[in-house]
Amino acid sequence: MSQAPNAKTMTTGESGLTLVFAAAAFLCMIAAAKALDAPFAFHASLGAAASLAAVFAILNRYYDRPAALPPQEINGRPNYNMAPIKFAAVASVFWGIAGFLVGLIIACQLAWPALNFDLPWISFGRLRPLHTSAVIFAFGGNVLIATSFYVVQKTCRARLAGDLAPWFVVLGYNFFILIAGTGYLLGVTQSKEYAEPEWYADHWLTIVWVVYLLVFLMTLVKRKEPHIFVANWFYLAFIVTIAVLHLGNNPALPVSVFGSKSYIAWGGVQDAMFQWWYGHNAVGFFLTAGFLAIMYYFIPKRAERPIYSYRLSIIHFWALIFLYIWAGPHHLHYTALPDWAQTLGMTFSIMLWMPSWGGMINGLMTLSGAWDKLRTDPVLRMLVVSVAFYGMSTFEGPLMSIKVVNSLSHYTDWTIGHVHAGALGWVGFVSFGALYCLVPWLWDRKGLYSLKLVNWHFWIATIGIVLYISAMWVSGILQGLMWRAYTSLGFLEYSFIETVEAMHPFYIIRAAGGGLFLIGSLIMAYNLWMTVRAGEAEVQAPAALQPAE
Amino acid sequence: MKAILTVQNITSEFVTSFWTPIFVGIFVAIVIYALWPRNKATFDEAARIPLREE
Repeated sequence: MSQAPNAKTMTTGESGLTLVFAAAAFLCMIAAAKALDAPFAFHASLGAAASLAAVFAILNRYYDRPAALPPQEINGRPNYNMAPIKFAAVASVFWGIAGFLVGLIIACQLAWPALNFDLPWISFGRLRPLHTSAVIFAFGGNVLIATSFYVVQKTCRARLAGDLAPWFVVLGYNFFILIAGTGYLLGVTQSKEYAEPEWYADHWLTIVWVVYLLVFLMTLVKRKEPHIFVANWFYLAFIVTIAVLHLGNNPALPVSVFGSKSYIAWGGVQDAMFQWWYGHNAVGFFLTAGFLAIMYYFIPKRAERPIYSYRLSIIHFWALIFLYIWAGPHHLHYTALPDWAQTLGMTFSIMLWMPSWGGMINGLMTLSGAWDKLRTDPVLRMLVVSVAFYGMSTFEGPLMSIKVVNSLSHYTDWTIGHVHAGALGWVGFVSFGALYCLVPWLWDRKGLYSLKLVNWHFWIATIGIVLYISAMWVSGILQGLMWRAYTSLGFLEYSFIETVEAMHPFYIIRAAGGGLFLIGSLIMAYNLWMTVRAGEAEVQAPAALQPAE
Repeated sequence: MKAILTVQNITSEFVTSFWTPIFVGIFVAIVIYALWPRNKATFDEAARIPLREE
């Protein structure tokens, strides 16, 4: 006879993951006991604790849940899965503030080196990767996971695939961040820019990322909307390419399975080329494709206007895909990399002007017929200004990839300024705009706690960005010119320390700009907190079972 | 077995030698698809997906 309708059994996922995490806890304990270095012992202990917590959480969730898993639809409407998205949204705000704060600290260290305090854990060399990883991967990554899970459900009109899998992605990704970040402070690094985490963190990220891809793909597979919306194409390109880049750049052989140190398989110039193939495409597919997906959903939604040209979105998507992957060698101009490879990188970088401006035009023109909203809606203004910064920094990037320009700009603060025009202006603002939209939607609030505070955030952060990038332009070009200045007798005109001294005022201005940006993000955190705590609830749903929207 | 290997070799050789025209060809096909007049209605509809969700 068939089972009683309310007999509760564990799903394969629940029992399987419980066993996997129990085994992982056991293995981590052994690794901690046999560890060759202290950071590895610490990370193995963290792994054991997290695995045990996972076992407990899965069992606890099983005992608390009703016999039936959540339905795919309630009253003919998709039963969206919002809880993991809420976690990622909160995590992104937390990591954002942490990352901006560390950025401010290292900006101050550059202006006043005494702030190193002669402590290894907070020296510039360790805090710098902490800053970059915290803002790119922790803040940006959580924003991307949150928005991708939201957008794919809404535009497919289907519940997120998997029961535990979305939680595994969100929590597993944040555990990776924890391992990577604490590792930097303890001196664990494989010294590859933006790919600093050591081999065991890389392995863990690979597992999490594959599950992320599967959740995303399986949600697309069960979509009710026949057409796959363009934002999902961008998210998919981001997820797939990051997987390929991560695997390509990190094939390392650990010295011991009980130690944190490993050696990379690639040697010499091949390693450099792989590193910048990875590094530039992390910019292209993490910081560009992923956040363009945000643009393509949140700007039409907020402006209540359709995408200006869907055709343009298809063309610029594929142009981006075909071109970006070749641009990496422009990071290695005038090095041991063969000349033809350098020229190839430069040529493809210049061609990238087309797709990047295609995206910018499409984002901005989506406001046609709704330009007046810029006056009244600071959230939309933030989103639109982010697109303007996108256009600006992707104009600057190809310019800097031209070899003659690069001979002046490379290794100078101009590069730092360029990166922050993109990171603060484009990635930061589009993320803030998305969070300002997302939080009221996720927590069923009528709107934000205060639009006035959004306005304050917008202006304080904008002034901060302007201070930051203009200081770095001046400082970078000054630095580049001083390095290449010769006397009439053919000697270098300036010693290195003279160029460092010349940077000092600009470093202070930069730190001030970064400080303003941090203040802006604190205002946002308060505003979002109050939206959740004290915001006016959306019109009450009639039944308790109403899906979160 | 040998035949399969040969086919593979020819394919891989073809791709390695002609990837530029192949990729350009694929891209041109995508552009034609995007601009094809009959597809306009579908795309105009797709541009509104964020606005008509439940």
